[in-house]
Amino acid sequence: MKAYFGSIFQSLWTVLIGMKVTFRHLFTPAVTIQYPDVKLKLPERARNRLYVNMDDCIGCFQCDMACPVDCVSIETVKALPTDDLGATSTGQKKRLWVTKFDIDIAKCCYCGLCVPPCPTECIKMTDVYEFSEYERSNFVYSFSTMTPAEVADAKAKLAAYDKEQAAIKAAAAEARPVAPKSPQPASSSEPGAKKAS
Amino acid sequence: MDQILRSIIDSDIIVYVIMALLPMVWIVPYALFAVYLERKISAHMQDRLGPMRTGGWHGWAQTIADILKLIQKEDIVPKAADRKLHYLAPYVVFIGSYAAFAAIPFSTAYIGSNINIGLFYIVAVSAIVVVGILMAGWSSNNKWSLLGAIRSAAQIVSYEIPTTLALLTVVMLAGTLNLQEINQQQAGWFWNWFALRKFPFLFIAFIIYFVASLAETNRTPFDIPEAESELVAGYHTEYSGMKFAFFFLAEYANMFAVSAIASTLFLGGWNSPFGNFMNGPVWGVFWFLSKGMFFVVIQMWLRWTLPRLRVDQLMYVSWKVLTPWAFGCIIAVGFWMMM
Repeated sequence: MKAYFGSIFQSLWTVLIGMKVTFRHLFTPAVTIQYPDVKLKLPERARNRLYVNMDDCIGCFQCDMACPVDCVSIETVKALPTDDLGATSTGQKKRLWVTKFDIDIAKCCYCGLCVPPCPTECIKMTDVYEFSEYERSNFVYSFSTMTPAEVADAKAKLAAYDKEQAAIKAAAAEARPVAPKSPQPASSSEPGAKKAS
Repeated sequence: MDQILRSIIDSDIIVYVIMALLPMVWIVPYALFAVYLERKISAHMQDRLGPMRTGGWHGWAQTIADILKLIQKEDIVPKAADRKLHYLAPYVVFIGSYAAFAAIPFSTAYIGSNINIGLFYIVAVSAIVVVGILMAGWSSNNKWSLLGAIRSAAQIVSYEIPTTLALLTVVMLAGTLNLQEINQQQAGWFWNWFALRKFPFLFIAFIIYFVASLAETNRTPFDIPEAESELVAGYHTEYSGMKFAFFFLAEYANMFAVSAIASTLFLGGWNSPFGNFMNGPVWGVFWFLSKGMFFVVIQMWLRWTLPRLRVDQLMYVSWKVLTPWAFGCIIAVGFWMMM
């Protein structure tokens, strides 16, 4: 009997307690963040979309080698000694045309391993995380600042320069009286091999 | 009201149709608003925001968008379903809850049908809802639906008893089943309300009625017929589109109907709580609707506070707590009246 009345009293009383709790929560400010309008502040070292500052890139392939998923692909062309590519903000002299610097962000695993090896600190993780696309091909980001024409120009110039150098070398070899004639065809094929790389 | 209408319109039938459709003018906007309100209340009780986008200001157009979506939706009938019953069930449920509005006095001037057995009629006609629910559960040919329908039938049949007994205490005191007369007896200040007379017996009866009415409308904590976590959606699992909307509308109409009966019988209905202050036929509608909405809000408040009962607990509450206490109230009120 005591248990019966006790349980009735307890149930009524606990319902009131519960109602008090929910009533109090009715007026506590909501924790919801209205996402596109309001955004949470990201942690200082959050890893999101990669960005490459091409002004500082020296084409050293360090990031490409560090990447565990091979999402970075770089191609470079040697600059001629007469070309002045300028220097990076850290004062390093740039010696290579970076003709291609593609990052396939769809492959990227956001490990951030590419960031520390960079000698000029030009590749970094930004705080941009809204970059969904309808096509997967749109995820290949090209950072190279060179136009296709400029790339072709740089390649052609290098080929011409290599030929010139090969010709100078050949002339020097011919001028030398003791040297045998045999290395000449090998050296003439050398510029072609360089071009391919 | 019907006399005024009759003086304007010659045809009796048109007057009847207008009188019959007037509660609809309230129920449909009320249901749209109540669904929105429920979502907002539940959200804020859980420290969320609820719908915020549709329509601009705090998502006010959310339920309107929802109902437009439901109207456009494909009406799917399962292959194995009993097509006739499947079609009929949502309308039976809605008719059951709408028919109760015929005898509910919205104001001194407006009552659908001022019959002398109004309360009895409401109790009887709202039992049609069970038939509709059973129909829905059976015709869906789905085990969840059938389980939900069986539970619902067991629950509503059990809770009819304490509900009716609690109402009976008021009837004993009022000496009438006519709801307009019951309202008139509660005129004046709020201490004339039946809930506060013969204290505390009628107040206990009022609590019993309110708890049992929660079970009758299948609201949490008595929502085991449509327990989402166990039965998908109970008896309306297989319904889509407008048929589902009808179940929803019926649920909200039912919520208001029970609240309206509670306010009519226990809290003075269309009477102003403060004597002659803001009293009259038009203010009556205001008082009646605001009392009804007050109970609807309390139902929502309880729903988002309490977890669902177990089936055996449900039966315990009905048969071992509410029914004996309701009988106790009847006996006590009876003795008090004899003295």
